[in-house]
Amino acid sequence: MSLSAVIQVENLSRFYQNQPAIKNLSFSLNAGEVLGFLGPNGAGKSTTMQILTGNLAPSEGQVTINGFDIIESPREAKRQMGYLPEHPPIYREASVDEYLKYCAQLRRINKQSVSKAIDESKQQCGLTDVGQRLIGNLSKGYQQRVGIAQAIIHNPLVVVLDEPTVGLDPIQMRDIRRLIKTLGQDHSVILSTHILSEVQATCDRVQIIQKGELIYHSSIEALNLSQVPSVTIGLNHPPAIEQLKQIDRVTHVDAIDSHHFKLFFNGESPAQAIVQQSVQQQWELFELIPDQRSLEDLFIELTQDENSGGASVHAEEAGV
Amino acid sequence: MILTIAKREVSTLFLSPLAWIILAVVQVLLGYMFLAQIDNFFLLQPQLFQLENVPGVTDIVIAPLFSLAAIILLMIMPLITMRSIAEEKRNKTLTLLISSPISMTEIVLGKFLGLFFFVFILVSLLMLMPLSLFIGTTIDVGKLLSIYISMLLLLSSFAAIGLYLSSLTENQTIAAVGTFGALLMLWLIDWIGEALPNNHSVVSYLSPLQHHQSMLEGLFDTADVAYYLIFITVFLVLTIRQLDRERLL
Repeated sequence: MSLSAVIQVENLSRFYQNQPAIKNLSFSLNAGEVLGFLGPNGAGKSTTMQILTGNLAPSEGQVTINGFDIIESPREAKRQMGYLPEHPPIYREASVDEYLKYCAQLRRINKQSVSKAIDESKQQCGLTDVGQRLIGNLSKGYQQRVGIAQAIIHNPLVVVLDEPTVGLDPIQMRDIRRLIKTLGQDHSVILSTHILSEVQATCDRVQIIQKGELIYHSSIEALNLSQVPSVTIGLNHPPAIEQLKQIDRVTHVDAIDSHHFKLFFNGESPAQAIVQQSVQQQWELFELIPDQRSLEDLFIELTQDENSGGASVHAEEAGV
Repeated sequence: MILTIAKREVSTLFLSPLAWIILAVVQVLLGYMFLAQIDNFFLLQPQLFQLENVPGVTDIVIAPLFSLAAIILLMIMPLITMRSIAEEKRNKTLTLLISSPISMTEIVLGKFLGLFFFVFILVSLLMLMPLSLFIGTTIDVGKLLSIYISMLLLLSSFAAIGLYLSSLTENQTIAAVGTFGALLMLWLIDWIGEALPNNHSVVSYLSPLQHHQSMLEGLFDTADVAYYLIFITVFLVLTIRQLDRERLL
């Protein structure tokens, strides 16, 4: 085990009756890293998260958190861990302050530091104004924040978030993502999701899981570099495709329809050259979009190999 | 840590109207019975003088009252214990406890302690009735204490069964009906044992109500106390095992 790995997962398997939910999963999470755990619904993401946090026992394999085995020394391991499950574990009849106080006590924060811990986590999650309100009366987005506040109140090494933005409106989603990003500065984070843009926006590294097996893992940077970049342009009076290929650095051109083209290029974006040419030759450029669909393409490509009908549906959701 | 969970349990109980209504209903029912028993005592009083070894107020008024209280609470305890774990399962808040650095044993003990506290309040309130008799007469304090302890132990053993059945399901109604059925069975065992021609004591001995009866008569036997403690421990261990087992399924 490398010294900086805060979570080490080795050959993890889990069977429901004889049906495998995850098979032989091995990965590690380094200190200060945000790891995206990506997969279609039913791929085994939640199962993995539940095992990591001690809510399910693994059938085979081992999970160590900061050197502590989750089965053999659960108390030490869980102390290093904050967990937001799919359904935030909130008591609707408690106020935010009462609830967080209870969580702080459960996490064995000593008496003197409880109120400080509550204030800090409220501040981090933007809950300062709603401390007195009943959780049941808060909006879904705020309930989700309470769930996150609960997960970080004891300042754990690792925060595990299971689909934290499901069911939120776009603005709430953006806020939660921003929050996850700030969490990444002080904690290691595992983020499970089926929303691709979320991973692209918040994670350092991505793992794709399909039918219980890891089928891809890479850093987001490497992922972005490995893809051939492209831009999509729209022209009212398009020239011949040959002429578009003449533009600097463009290597290949695909016609999407009679007015839209996809230009693949090497190195820096040829946007400037495209605009100049368009003006000179009166192509009437009305649209120029740098493509950032690399992860989505990869996801669909990988998950559709298995010919599972569900994968394309999830990819559409992922476009949100 | 156990105390933290117990505190939460009690405050959840008293945040809902259910606990208050149960306390009120039990008080009203038993209050009426108490008055009826006192009336009864006045009727009997002239005849008592003729007896040797006269039974006192404690035997004539208080013991029958708490014998009845046991049956009434047998029907009411399931309503108190049903939500304990089942509700946490349904609302997915059990995850919060399990992913915190606490053992299953601490979780179950905390839950039980919370229920015990409710039982304590309930029985202590009921005890005010016999204590009010001090105004006009004298009461056998030793017997009263034996009755008090017996009520606490009896209701705690009901709570332990209720807690176990609540850990088996997500559905509060099923937990309540199951607990009610189990407690009724234990009551029946007491009857069956008495109806059997021989060896009846073995069957009756399994029923907590049998032990309650002998403690109501003022026979404070450590065997009875041990019986209750074993009974409670068995169901708490079963609850812990059940919750542990669910992680394996």
